[in-house]
Amino acid sequence: MAHAKNHDYHILSPSPWPLVGAISAFVMLFGAVLWISPQLQSNQPWVFLIGLAGVLYTMYAWWSDVVEEAQQGDHTPVVKIGLRYAVILFITSEVFFFVAWFWSFFKHALYPMDGVWPPEGIHTFDPWHLPLINTLILLCSGAAATWAHHAIAHDNDRKALVQGLTLAVLLGVLFTIFQVYEYSHAEFGFSGNIYGPNFFMATGFHGFHVIIGTIFLAVCLFRALKGHFTPEAHIGFEAAAWYWHFVDVVWLFLFAAVYIWGG
Amino acid sequence: MADVAANTTHDEHARPGFFTRWFLSTNHKDIGILYLFVAGALGLISVMMTVYMRMELMNPGVQYMCLENLDAGVLSNLTARAAEDCTPNGHLWNVMITYHGVLMMFFVVIPALFGGFGNYFMPLMIGAPDMAFPRMNNLSFWMYVAGSSLGVASLFAPGGNNQLGSGVGWVLYAPLSTSEGGISMDLAIFAVHVSGASSILGAINMITTFLNMRAPGMTLHKTPLFAWSILVTAFLILLSLPVLAGAITMLLTDRNFGTCFFDPSCGGDPVLYQHLLWFFGHPEVYMIIVPGFGIISHVIATFSRKPIFGYLPMVYAMIAIGVLGFVVWAHHMYTVGMSTTQQSYFMLATMVIAVPTGVKIFSWIATMWGGSIEFKTPMLWAFGFLFLFTVGGVTGVVLSQAPLDRAYHDTYYVVAHFHYVMSLGAVFCIFAGVYYWIGKMSGRQYPEWAGQLHFWAMFIGANITFFPQHFLGMQGMPRRYIDYNEAFATWNYVSSIGAFITFASFVFFIGVVFYTLKFGKRVTSNNYWNEYADTLEWTLPCPPPEHTFETLPTPDMWDKHHH
Repeated sequence: MAHAKNHDYHILSPSPWPLVGAISAFVMLFGAVLWISPQLQSNQPWVFLIGLAGVLYTMYAWWSDVVEEAQQGDHTPVVKIGLRYAVILFITSEVFFFVAWFWSFFKHALYPMDGVWPPEGIHTFDPWHLPLINTLILLCSGAAATWAHHAIAHDNDRKALVQGLTLAVLLGVLFTIFQVYEYSHAEFGFSGNIYGPNFFMATGFHGFHVIIGTIFLAVCLFRALKGHFTPEAHIGFEAAAWYWHFVDVVWLFLFAAVYIWGG
Repeated sequence: MADVAANTTHDEHARPGFFTRWFLSTNHKDIGILYLFVAGALGLISVMMTVYMRMELMNPGVQYMCLENLDAGVLSNLTARAAEDCTPNGHLWNVMITYHGVLMMFFVVIPALFGGFGNYFMPLMIGAPDMAFPRMNNLSFWMYVAGSSLGVASLFAPGGNNQLGSGVGWVLYAPLSTSEGGISMDLAIFAVHVSGASSILGAINMITTFLNMRAPGMTLHKTPLFAWSILVTAFLILLSLPVLAGAITMLLTDRNFGTCFFDPSCGGDPVLYQHLLWFFGHPEVYMIIVPGFGIISHVIATFSRKPIFGYLPMVYAMIAIGVLGFVVWAHHMYTVGMSTTQQSYFMLATMVIAVPTGVKIFSWIATMWGGSIEFKTPMLWAFGFLFLFTVGGVTGVVLSQAPLDRAYHDTYYVVAHFHYVMSLGAVFCIFAGVYYWIGKMSGRQYPEWAGQLHFWAMFIGANITFFPQHFLGMQGMPRRYIDYNEAFATWNYVSSIGAFITFASFVFFIGVVFYTLKFGKRVTSNNYWNEYADTLEWTLPCPPPEHTFETLPTPDMWDKHHH
């Protein structure tokens, strides 16, 4: 940077990742249509996979740049405030994404077209077996993330940070495994009835967010091992923890509404 | 920028090379300009579709959109056929109305006002050196391009009726959208997904910039109205677009994986789609108009040579409009069979919006009252906006009445109403912004006579186009049809003449822009209007240097009452 800047905001150099990422997104979604549409003679996933690879590589490269900038000290106090705003706003938009799925669920459960919910012939899951265990797993994972957060923020205890994060990630993986197990034992289909789509899309998008959150925490674990986090500078981990708690809360609503009340 | 191939210019900073500057940008001003140009190009495509539609509607019967043209080459669509050699091609008509709507709603007006002017001027007005996340800002832009590209791909992909493109209307209502053949609909759905993601990222960026990067001393109650309008718009985007993303994902799974969210044969409900769509769709119309409110406030204050009347009520009116925008959505669906109680609620809530809107209209009028008004081109557009937006607002109050809406629903009265608020309201705001700021952005001024000619041609053309549509609607002409009863012939003929005048004025505008950029008179002063253009962009050279406010502005630069 040749010029003199007399402020603490983050001015960035040009970057190829937005352009590469947008092109990859185009290829991925164009490829998704080629892959999924029943209107086509044959469906191939290749174009989708090429686009997906581009998107994933962009994420990797972009966030590597962000981590590097963080290590260089570009994230001044005022930039950190901005990053926190952004994470909160992103999570807010995610909440409204789930509004759509809950809206559909409550509409169909409260005003079923056939007058009964769950629809006749649908055998739902018993909420007090695997779903309850999964609730506890996810809550414990959230507690572990909070433990890790306290360890770094208040005690500068990197060992406890790593232990807490490891536990949070392992419990997250366990949740996903149990959810896959549950799906494989569903006595209702994804198509041909109205219960299946509501159940699978709501819990499925939640599961997808669990996977993203687990990866996010795993990246933080990796960074914790490399010594990136200090009591003053651990905003990436803070974002991951907030995201994880958001995923937790969505699950509690799913558990209460879809599994207990709507089952 | 040591790592970037650089040209030396008169700037004290080396400008990056062409590719780096326009493709890899992290500069809010360059990204704003990119948004404006792409939105303008897509706007031209969308306007050309309307000209073609008005050609078809100029006379009763079908002359241009004929099935016979399918085998006769694209250009044959432009030659009129006699009734006996023309089998109406309703699909082509439906494709035209669909893509005109989708382009205008998602890819033209919001990108121009929010992405273009919002990007360029919101940071300048609050004295921020750039956006909070300059790199993500460019991702928003390129995802907008990716979304537009998917939209254009959808237009040329196999769609319904074994023809190209989708013909389901911009609202993508099920069951039309879930049962249409081909892959055009799927591409359109992904186009909306990508542009939605782009807008959400943009909204996060704008909100963070607004909250975190205002100049020292610029408290919320001192922040310029255009910056406020961008904040309100950003919140509308942030909270409503994700719901649309969910809704169109349901369309996608209904189409491709056999789910039945909207299919009554297995327990689904098509009306659910309408609720989800309009929960987004009504905030959407405020996303389109609210940034315009901001621009108009600055233009009217400047050319009345008075500070804006009622600054704080103007701020809170925008916030109120934003909040109310989320609780009125079902007034778009009075005829789906809601209970009377629900209809009464949505009717009352909708009418309440007229109150903050009235606050704005009257404050603009009060700003002009006793002012020394100068009718430069931007002021003409603002004046035109006030008149036309009021007409559209009044017909909006008419349509908010559930009993009257029974008669007007899906007639040309609705078409006239929403074109008065959007095509005339929001688009006039874009033009007001272009003429107000083109000297600032390019360093060259437009020829005044040309701007005024553009305004009068478009004002007259657009009114001739849309005013008669009120009459057609009241007479019962339904919207979205390729043909009509001969009883409606006169006003349709008039409307089409108006559309051609409007199109001519738009082409003239494109000429004015390129003339200005190439040959316009160079702007020498930072503030080429007057001292009532008192926001921070007027303290900068025209065009501003690559990096602005490298030393943050002090309150005396923007606050007249500081001393």
